[in-house]
Amino acid sequence: MAGGQREKFDNPVVEWVDSRLPVFTLMQKEYGVFPTPRNFNYFWNFGAIAMFMLVTMIVTGITLAMQYTADTTLAFNSVEGIMRDVNYGWLIRYIHMNGASFFFIAVYIHIFRGMYYGSYKQPRELLWILGVVIFLLMMATAFMGYVLPWGQMSYWGATVITNLFSAIPLVGDDIVTLLWGGFSVDNPTLKRFFALHYLLPFVIFAVVFLHVWALHVTGSNNPTGVEPKGKQDTLPFHPYYTMKDTFGLIVFVIIYAAFVFFMPNALGHPDNYIPADPLVTPAHIVPEWYFLPFYAILRAITFDIGIPFTDIALIEAKLGGVIAMFGAIVLLLIMPWLDTHPVRSARYRPWYKKALLVFVFGVVVLGYAGSQPADKVYWQTCIGSEAACSASDDHHGVATDTAHTGDDHAKPEKAPMVLKFDNTMLAQIFTIYYYVFFLVILPLLSRKEKALPIPKSLHEAVLAKAKASAAK
Amino acid sequence: MKNSILSILVVACAVIGSVQVASAAGDAKTPRQMDWSFSGPFGTYDKAALQRGFLVFKSVCASCHSLDLIAFRNLEALGYEEGQIKNIAAEYTVMDGPNDEGDMFERPARPSDYFPSPFANTAAAKYANNGAYPPDLSLITKARKDGANYVYSLLTGYKDAPEYVQLMSGQHYNPYMAGGVIAMAAPLSDDQVAYEDETPTTADQYAKDVVQFLNWAAEPEMEARKRMGVKVLFFLSIFALVMYGVKRKIWHDVH
Repeated sequence: MAGGQREKFDNPVVEWVDSRLPVFTLMQKEYGVFPTPRNFNYFWNFGAIAMFMLVTMIVTGITLAMQYTADTTLAFNSVEGIMRDVNYGWLIRYIHMNGASFFFIAVYIHIFRGMYYGSYKQPRELLWILGVVIFLLMMATAFMGYVLPWGQMSYWGATVITNLFSAIPLVGDDIVTLLWGGFSVDNPTLKRFFALHYLLPFVIFAVVFLHVWALHVTGSNNPTGVEPKGKQDTLPFHPYYTMKDTFGLIVFVIIYAAFVFFMPNALGHPDNYIPADPLVTPAHIVPEWYFLPFYAILRAITFDIGIPFTDIALIEAKLGGVIAMFGAIVLLLIMPWLDTHPVRSARYRPWYKKALLVFVFGVVVLGYAGSQPADKVYWQTCIGSEAACSASDDHHGVATDTAHTGDDHAKPEKAPMVLKFDNTMLAQIFTIYYYVFFLVILPLLSRKEKALPIPKSLHEAVLAKAKASAAK
Repeated sequence: MKNSILSILVVACAVIGSVQVASAAGDAKTPRQMDWSFSGPFGTYDKAALQRGFLVFKSVCASCHSLDLIAFRNLEALGYEEGQIKNIAAEYTVMDGPNDEGDMFERPARPSDYFPSPFANTAAAKYANNGAYPPDLSLITKARKDGANYVYSLLTGYKDAPEYVQLMSGQHYNPYMAGGVIAMAAPLSDDQVAYEDETPTTADQYAKDVVQFLNWAAEPEMEARKRMGVKVLFFLSIFALVMYGVKRKIWHDVH
């Protein structure tokens, strides 16, 4: 990579190696003097934090694999063996278990930063796409990892998610059989998930390498979205950003450690401490929290899409849900071509900023909707008499049941109208917004939005900010 | 800069906040919130309560419930001496073998043995309990939401069924159970187990002690974990302060 000109190193050993394989020159060029915009804020820490999490997950994961047994009769107890009998096994397992959550937290913030400051735009489209590929691989890895302890949620989560593929026309059932290695989620499923869970992190590592490579070709974006124009706009990566990243990383690790040591199971589901039982279905099957927004989108499609006024369903609800869910990620992939506004940073795009913050809010609400039962009712009212309504309400809890006893004969002739707002509708509203944001708002704003004046250079932006804070 | 730290926190809180809302099966009553010696970041187990809880488990729960993940040797954590553990183990009989002649044989349990299950297998357990399976208790406080409070509330929360709940024979009413119907009869009553110390022998006290014991069974590493956590957070906080200083110093000429 760094052939040609090479500066000599003073240390003879380093020089001996570098003249034969210029790794030191490479490091010096890419991480030592690498010109980096001088105006990063703390959002720019999360790339390094995500990298740290990936390494943490690989190291703890390999260590766990030394003690774990991928067999349906032994998996659950082998995990408990790690927790109880392996020296510091509980520590490694809790780091790994919570590490998945914190990896996703870091990556979600990293993605948000990219969206907010327009880091996906020309010339960084491929960098962005590689990032979305990493995100997809992470989801696959995390899903398979959650299956390994073979608890109730492992088993039933695996059953629900793998069954999604059966919605694919023609080849769906064959794909599911292939995933399962049989005709239900069973021992072959667990074994292949373990093998893939061990493999995929290294694939992620390879794509991260490409991601970082692409980054070092275009250089980083920055909070103004204005490209650095010369030396006055940049700083060498070391020591400025190595030290800033380290500080940010430690703050992040403090929060992470608080979970690992003091509430290690707060982000998990208690049902996963019950061994998997194919004969007992949990009351609510929910995926891990980081999948909940996508799970809500999946469940939001409760209707067939077909030719109007006929019974012909072109897309059945199940397939519709799967398409909507994967579509939500495809939209991220093509985001650079949906938003073609010349200004990158949301700082100078008031409308884009508002739409994006509503989008983030919507994703959080989708996450909440994903965690709740689909038929949960948030609000309802009756049109017609009160008595008619309470009689027609069949979902009483224990407490609201008293009015109901012994009035079967009082059934109203005409069914009363009940207006209600339930969890499915909540998910549908924000699923619509998710799609509208990408497919309508972004293209529209690209053409119509008038941006605020952008600074001529980073140097100018930094100086203006320093002046403003000095004046205070 | 302050702004961006703030925004990071807000996003992080939003992410974490959206998280813990799952579960809550049926319409079970929220468990009573108790003040356990093991709750909080500095919480520890009360060894006397652990031993009493073990006694309650051994003489009441163990007649139906297994404790598969706990070996007699683990009882050392309750404050028992090696000799005492040997004696406790010897009260149980386990199947071993095959011996030199190829026969299975029974022998008194040793500290390395795990707690024997009261039933030979799941089917036998169900058959003996009206079709309901008494779950293994090794992880019970982790396998239920708000586990310790839940188990305590369930054990002390038995009530007469309200009129609108129809109970079949072998069923009991407990508002803390999802759906309100439970196969286990109220297991604890006053003066059921004799304590060696002055602790009152009430059903409520038994419940508290056995929850202490079951929480230990589910999280035997808890004390070591919290102790290490305090040290780790202390170290990281100092490290963060130092790094903040380093960062400020290095960036001094840039701002």
